[in-house]
Amino acid sequence: MVNVPEDLHYSKDHEWVRVEGDVAVVGITDYAQNSLGDVVYVELPKVGEEFAAHESFGSVESVKAVSEVFSPVSGTVAEVNETLNDEPEKVNVDSYGEGWMIKVRMLNSGEVDSLLTAAEYEDFTKAETE
Amino acid sequence: MLHQIGLHSAEDLFASIPEELRLTRALDTPAALSEIELLAGFERMAANNAASQRASFLGAGAYSHYIPTIVDHIISRSEFFTAYTPYQPEISQGTLQVIFEFQTLVCQLTGMDVANASMYDGSTALAEAVLMAERVTKRSKVVACGAIHPEYLEVVNTYVQHAGIELKHVAFEPSSGQVPASIAHLDDRTAALVVQSPNFFGCIEDVAALAEQAHNAGALLIVAVTEAMSLGLLKSPGAAGADIVIAEGQSFGVPLSFGGPYVGLFATRDKYARQIPGRLVGEAYDKQGRRGFVLTLATREQHIRREKATSNICTNEGLIALAATVYMETMGRRGLRDVAVQCAQKASYTSRRISEIEGFSLPFSAPTFNEFVVLGPGNAAELLSRLAAERDINGGLALSRYFPDRPNDFLVCVTEINSRAEIDALLDGLADIAHSSA
Amino acid sequence: MRSADITKVTSHISHNEALIFERSQTGRIGYRLPPLDVDETAIDEIVPKKFQRDDDLEGLPEVSEVDVIRHFTRMSTWNYSIDLGMYPLGSCTMKYNSRLNEKVARIPGFANLHPLAHEKEAQGALQIIYELQHHLAEITGLPGVSLQPAAGAHGEMTGVMIIRAYIDARDGEGASANRRTMLIPDSAHGTNPASAHLSGFSVKTIRSTAEGLTDLAHLREICSHGDVAGLMLTNPNTLGLFERNIQEICQIVHDAGGLVYMDGANMNALVGIARPGDMGVDVIHLNLHKTFSTPHGGGGPGCGPCCSTAELEPFLPVPRIVKSETDVSAGGGATFRVDFNYPQSIGRVKAFFGNYGMMLRALAYIQTHGNDGLREATEAAVLNSRYIAHELASDYEKPFDAPSMHEVVFTDKRQSRKGVHTLDIAKRLIDYGFHPMTIYFPLIVQGAMLIEPTESVGHQELDQFVAAMRAIAREAVDDPELVLNAPHSTRIGRLDEAAAARKPVLRWKPKQAASAG
Repeated sequence: MVNVPEDLHYSKDHEWVRVEGDVAVVGITDYAQNSLGDVVYVELPKVGEEFAAHESFGSVESVKAVSEVFSPVSGTVAEVNETLNDEPEKVNVDSYGEGWMIKVRMLNSGEVDSLLTAAEYEDFTKAETE
Repeated sequence: MLHQIGLHSAEDLFASIPEELRLTRALDTPAALSEIELLAGFERMAANNAASQRASFLGAGAYSHYIPTIVDHIISRSEFFTAYTPYQPEISQGTLQVIFEFQTLVCQLTGMDVANASMYDGSTALAEAVLMAERVTKRSKVVACGAIHPEYLEVVNTYVQHAGIELKHVAFEPSSGQVPASIAHLDDRTAALVVQSPNFFGCIEDVAALAEQAHNAGALLIVAVTEAMSLGLLKSPGAAGADIVIAEGQSFGVPLSFGGPYVGLFATRDKYARQIPGRLVGEAYDKQGRRGFVLTLATREQHIRREKATSNICTNEGLIALAATVYMETMGRRGLRDVAVQCAQKASYTSRRISEIEGFSLPFSAPTFNEFVVLGPGNAAELLSRLAAERDINGGLALSRYFPDRPNDFLVCVTEINSRAEIDALLDGLADIAHSSA
Repeated sequence: MRSADITKVTSHISHNEALIFERSQTGRIGYRLPPLDVDETAIDEIVPKKFQRDDDLEGLPEVSEVDVIRHFTRMSTWNYSIDLGMYPLGSCTMKYNSRLNEKVARIPGFANLHPLAHEKEAQGALQIIYELQHHLAEITGLPGVSLQPAAGAHGEMTGVMIIRAYIDARDGEGASANRRTMLIPDSAHGTNPASAHLSGFSVKTIRSTAEGLTDLAHLREICSHGDVAGLMLTNPNTLGLFERNIQEICQIVHDAGGLVYMDGANMNALVGIARPGDMGVDVIHLNLHKTFSTPHGGGGPGCGPCCSTAELEPFLPVPRIVKSETDVSAGGGATFRVDFNYPQSIGRVKAFFGNYGMMLRALAYIQTHGNDGLREATEAAVLNSRYIAHELASDYEKPFDAPSMHEVVFTDKRQSRKGVHTLDIAKRLIDYGFHPMTIYFPLIVQGAMLIEPTESVGHQELDQFVAAMRAIAREAVDDPELVLNAPHSTRIGRLDEAAAARKPVLRWKPKQAASAG
């Protein structure tokens, strides 16, 4: 059973967003980590880099695949999860918690409203697996 | 079998090829030969290679060294030479552990942290190093300094011509033969400084000083080594501050074989491991905790990252890397230094004695390892041609092949296999021929 | 056989061979040099101290000759190899490597020949290059041949750079700048896009049809954009199917102003039967280590000759090896010459002449087989693949109906319902004494198993392979755990590749240094 927490926003690229004031915490979903398999490396941007919504900010690697990860919102990177350098497996083990990737200071917090809700995302992943 | 699968003739196997494309005649290639005929034919052609049969002082990127008998014995084991890339680790541990040892030995000799499982040869390894420097620094200018093997530079030119890399050359300093003290073009757009040491003229470069200059500009230092045997005696490029070291590994147990197959060594710093081209083998464990080895960090490679891969290389030089591994382990810590010291001693003796012959001198002042340039009294190509014809000695390489403005210079290489008798015959030959044409 | 019953023999000494560094003992040596026979100079006078190593090569092994022999002999027994049995690695053409070819490559007149020897004193060596070029031109129907590239991917890069140089010359710099798209089918080997990228092209992917062939409609549509420089096509493609519309494909690309590069990885299906030059292909690379049986060597060396039309010949790498038209030997000239005078050449792609030792072996292969033998080898390779396709169709899903050429693709679709996947089937095949097929390639086929038996297996061995595959299909139903935990018969089990990639250990280090670092 795929875990899709109620309180988060989701993108069709399988990232999640948790809004904390004007900051968006971004990671990849349980569904995404599950289809990737064992994550062995996460390439993250530097603090201060700017990204437009849906722009690639890094990549996640398993043993035999590389997937780009996209910022669901526009803004400036305020913090990156440095612990993933040494423990990329946190993306598998706790994708919504310790496996977060970046915090983005949002340019336009309204962008969050255009993302999917938990229910919508669940439907979206079901459609994708069928 | 044909009937079992419902076909009537061999021709039916190719029904999916449009008929007008199918050959209706036999290939115009020779009829089958027996082993006796075939060997006789190849022996005849081999006998037509006069240059393979005499004492030789030819180096310039391909070196005659002693090859312990066991090297060919081990690489002839069919478990090694009839296997392929170790895609299935459970039944490829022999190849994988060999590569892990090869990577370790390359790191130890070059003074670097991480080495790959091999490149095609030194020249393509250098081209890959230049491309990697561009990826690491995100800068687009590369400065090639001093006397780098001309064929290596040609290969680099071919590789970078469409990569948006601007390749600048800085000429060698004509009295020392080394990179000049002040390097033009080195600035904050420079991705890498490329040097060869010992360089094409055999001169040892001050790698530490060059590393400092490169790093002050924020560029990487790429060091190319065409004579890997020098690593047994000379300070490792890594200890001198290089960021990427490439070498031609042919000196380590690989026959000359008219230029290949050889093996490119490629090593760099830990922090650039994910930018390295080619295959890497790493340690891994099974469920019972037994140690084994696997191909790893494969996401850099073409079969996963396709056009964004760190290189297009797939097949590398596995068996030649094995030969080099057997060589390095057989010679070992003592042997690698002993051979290097003998090379340096014999070359030193030879250069000193040549410079004492009237009409001959050494144009470059820099210290050398086992190769050096000689300035002769007349046209070097003619001199060497007479030496071959009259004394049965390959006296070296006339530099005019690559440097038309140096008609009287030639490059001499002396290794542990050149006996005193051969060297003295060379000295006599040079003196007599120069004297007789004067 | 119930391989689950086999206990792994981990106490056997040959199964526990340590790294050479762990075997090293101070003071041991395995070599002897003659004493120095010239007047000795203080080493510091030859090489200034600051340019000398100061680490005394610490960490390098100190072992005896017998240590080395046992070390490598033991490790060798952990490998599977062609000489041990069928090695049906799709797309790799793991055929028998004749010992005669090895003997030829070791003839001292070749092995001891320096690449910078004067051409007049290397006539035999140059003649071999010339003759092999000549034969490969006949086999491919493409007259311009360079043997310089060292491997398939290197030959691809060379071929694509030739296309680029040709278009630049034809259209002029300005116009050709708008023609920077290389088309590559979605079934292609990953080296194709990587090689195209090296030549400054951006890649557009061409779809395959449901029957596994290039989608002509998609090709036409993309070709209509006017920016296409060429198409890189593998034929037979990586699904083992001959692109029967090859002439039309070439026509579409040519009409759009592009050229067709063929990846010759699968030439073992065509030698003596059909020629790329007759199909409309402009440039191709061959893999001497596949089609022409030079040994794979645990991952090389290869040799990737590039063959082109006469029109593209001026762009091939330099130097070229040519034959003088007239008899020049009387005047002291050389019959076979090293010719640098090709101003339109893409340049040199490798130092010296390429992987020469592989050329000797490939020429010996061509001479041993003769023209009829080359064709017979192709027929046997295709027949063997067709036989496997026929015999396994009842147990495994075969995604494409078209008749296979020299290799055939199956999937794990039926077995995966029981949780047994391609990887597990491959690992279980090891227990039956076979090297697994290529797995998860081509990427467009989910759970792909690409099987290429080559001509080097007989009916009996094919039947043994078929029996093993059928047994695994049964086990996947009856005892999936047995398959999921395979292999059971090897020295070690499946390795934790994720852990290896997370904290890569890429070299041995002395114990103390390892803990400090």
